[in-house]
Amino acid sequence: MKIGRITGSVVCDKKTSSLSGVSLLLLQPLDENYRGKGTPIVACDTVQAGTGDLVLYEGGREAALALDNWFNPSDASVVGIIDSLEDV
Amino acid sequence: MILARVIGPVVSTVKVKPLDGHKLLRVRPVNPDGSFSGSSIVAVDTVQAGKGDTVIVIDEGGSAGVMLGETGQPVRTVIAGIVDGIETEEKVQ
Repeated sequence: MKIGRITGSVVCDKKTSSLSGVSLLLLQPLDENYRGKGTPIVACDTVQAGTGDLVLYEGGREAALALDNWFNPSDASVVGIIDSLEDV
Repeated sequence: MILARVIGPVVSTVKVKPLDGHKLLRVRPVNPDGSFSGSSIVAVDTVQAGKGDTVIVIDEGGSAGVMLGETGQPVRTVIAGIVDGIETEEKVQ
């Protein structure tokens, strides 16, 4: 899992049928100091995360496994909302 | 597997069901000499590691499933062991 911040939502009227009902979020991966690292990615939501939330997200094959319908095309999914963490 | 150091716990109340009951730790990859070598990731703890421990981390889904006793979970990063010592050609820690 990695740490990121939700910066917005992505509305997609037409999408592959297996992703219907899944909300998509714009997620900015973060570095050690909570600064943005790289370009924002689009991630599937499983925990009702909202803009500004610090979240845990999973990439790769396991991202799809987080969704109710695991047989779908997803390479990033939000799997938790972070309440607190310790700094480096 | 990679070597990493435990930075500290990550507290998350709202998370996917398969993560319920698991302790999450933020770990940062380290070189054998102890210096940091990459950016931190969050791993599921299976060995009761604590802050400051050097650990071995598996970042691969199939093995993570085996460690947690159930495959097909949305977890790919787990802590698999606590390192007592590392011996290299240059130096013994």
